[in-house]
Amino acid sequence: MSQQLDYLDFLESEAIHILREVAGQFERPALLFSGGKDSTVLVHLALKAFRPGKFPFPLLHIDTGHNFEEAIIFRDQLVKQIDEKLIVRYVADTIKRHNLQDAKGKFPSRNVLQTNTLLDTIEEFAFDACIGGARRDEEKARAKERVFSVRDEFGQWNPKSQRPELWNIYNGKINKGENVRVFPISNWTELDVWNYIKREQISLPSIYFTHERDCIVLKNGQLMNVNQFVKIDETDILVRKNVRYRTVGDMTCTAAIESVAYTVDDIIKELENTKISERGATRMDDRISEAAMEDRKKNGYF
Amino acid sequence: MDLLRFFTAGSVDDGKSTLIGRLLFDSHSISTDIIETLTKQSKNIKDDNAFNLALLTDGLRAEREQGITIDVAYKYFTTSKRKFIIADTPGHVQYTRNMFTGASLAHLALLLIDARHGITEQTKRHAVISSILRIPNVLVCVNKMDLINYSEHKFNDIKDEFIKFSNPLNLSNITFIPMSALLGENVVTQSSKLEWYKEKSLLDYLETVGINPSQELLSSRFQVQYIIRPETNVLHDYRGYAGKVLSGKYYVGQKVKIFPGNYDTEITCIEMNQQNVTEACANSSVILHLKDAIDVSRGSSIIPINELPNISNEFTATLCWMDDSSFVKGQKFYLQQNSYRTKAVIKEIVYKINIHSFTPIEGESNIQLNDICKVVIKTAESVCYDKFTENRNNGSFILINENTHNTVAAGVIE
Ligand SMILES: Nc1nc2c(ncn2[C@@H]2O[C@H](COP(=O)(O)OP(=O)(O)O)[C@@H](O)[C@H]2O)c(=O)[nH]1
Repeated sequence: MSQQLDYLDFLESEAIHILREVAGQFERPALLFSGGKDSTVLVHLALKAFRPGKFPFPLLHIDTGHNFEEAIIFRDQLVKQIDEKLIVRYVADTIKRHNLQDAKGKFPSRNVLQTNTLLDTIEEFAFDACIGGARRDEEKARAKERVFSVRDEFGQWNPKSQRPELWNIYNGKINKGENVRVFPISNWTELDVWNYIKREQISLPSIYFTHERDCIVLKNGQLMNVNQFVKIDETDILVRKNVRYRTVGDMTCTAAIESVAYTVDDIIKELENTKISERGATRMDDRISEAAMEDRKKNGYF
Repeated sequence: MDLLRFFTAGSVDDGKSTLIGRLLFDSHSISTDIIETLTKQSKNIKDDNAFNLALLTDGLRAEREQGITIDVAYKYFTTSKRKFIIADTPGHVQYTRNMFTGASLAHLALLLIDARHGITEQTKRHAVISSILRIPNVLVCVNKMDLINYSEHKFNDIKDEFIKFSNPLNLSNITFIPMSALLGENVVTQSSKLEWYKEKSLLDYLETVGINPSQELLSSRFQVQYIIRPETNVLHDYRGYAGKVLSGKYYVGQKVKIFPGNYDTEITCIEMNQQNVTEACANSSVILHLKDAIDVSRGSSIIPINELPNISNEFTATLCWMDDSSFVKGQKFYLQQNSYRTKAVIKEIVYKINIHSFTPIEGESNIQLNDICKVVIKTAESVCYDKFTENRNNGSFILINENTHNTVAAGVIE
């Protein structure tokens, strides 16, 4: 009798395998954890990979300061519950230290500035591998990225000379100064993530589910959350709506979607019916240019 | 629901990107905002379509500029029957290494042929790669049938020619499907223009083709990735060997040997998902516990005593060279087979394979980017392996340059 694994079992086992390769191959890895759904799934997978042992890496949060409070509370609760180490480094500190220009404008996103903090932190702790929750289905440039993605001394990704990556054999050998970004859930789609969250009954910050919120309606129809960082103009159209978030990033560049999805099941149903991709729905920064993501990655962005 | 991984290969302009775009589009896997961006982009390009389906898959700026696919791009779609992972690989000879990368894990090779041109040098190369990598199913899509008036006769000619040239390659489960990717004929639904063709449409075929389930019928193989030692008071003596079952089956009470070392011991406990289980099948990530405290480290193999593999520090392998810098005689490498690493040299180049005629060229002393050759490998420590033809997961390796640390070659053991 054949015991073919279900595709979620398959994806789970593949991710655990990758996490253990990181543990086996690197001296000082870290797992990037924001309290968002993808990194929360990563933590769940790490529990499966390493319990009853401790994680062989700390969790690392690069904090833009533009956070949803719910995500931060959730982050701290989870860290306490699993009793693992969390390192937080702040974009605000990087701005001060390097005398950088803070984000300006109506929606002052620190998404790009995050890269500086990440690179500084990698240097501070001499991290040789950073595990992240990026998925290949998110965006076209990501679709080409390896599971073990080598970055040079400046944190840059060179898409034209990526190492070949064959079978399930991961080459984590690097030169001094280089580090590797590792993506254990590369092969998962947004829907896979939600189906897994459902199956494993993983808790998430409340902003993923429907709630009432004051929003600004943008020209393209996107709903931006009213908060202390956003400059409200007289001409802005303000509404109070039932919304939820599909990603939790920098509050100033993450849009909400109108939704009454109250449970994980509702969200799955909603996703099966929606025709707008996760990034398209919620990220202003990628809409700016077709090659936006590729450019940011080349410069060290996740 | 199960998962099918396939890779696509074709020459430039055979319609590969159009075909994948069509599959994603017709199976409703593309979102409206992406279509919006594509429609905008397509305005710069002469194309009578509403938008250029090919732009869906060509992700990198360099590729958009040059209009070719350079690297492997992964795409995902799901139907009510299956989840699919597509590795879209480039066709140019200069990107053979990327084809190897994309093809390595595939259950199926989708080789695209332009019906007007028939079989080309590239088709042959893709067939050779499918053969070396033992892809379990080979699907030949004869595209652009609209440009040859959906001629059954011409389709059959291509089919016959393919069967003839590929005969020595021992390809498994070859299937031929005629189609027009651009017009969507026989891609998702059967086509009225191809009445003479009674078999499945492409999607129907992809949804039903057998996924090689034999991994668990093979000999049992397991390599240790990482050793879990909590070293707390309660779990003071806990020592678990974490890894993935590469093939076969492991169960509590099984008598096993450990390599390197050749120690005998027994499995006392298997943990999966933080629970004890009595057995674990292929592809499961588990933690094994052993009866005796013996020397086991990362890369050690745990093998049932009645299913022993080959153990040697010298073996023959077929290599695909993947590095820009050529092989230098005497060069030392790290050989990595799953999680096991040891130093290695290429002791002898037996012959190079002419990828077009599939004939051996003897007396070669150098190996360059994209070369495929048969070599004798010698390693510092013994490797515990199977022939690749018998077990894909335990018969493959990569070579890593000792200085640059690049992955310079992929190999399958004979
Ligand atoms: N007539 C016809 N043209 C096609 C078909 N499939 C692709 N094409 C066209 O062939 C050209 C190359 O297609 P593309 O998908 O970019 O090829 P790739 O280089 O293999 O990815 C484009 O102009 C397509 O519109 C087909 O089935 N029939």
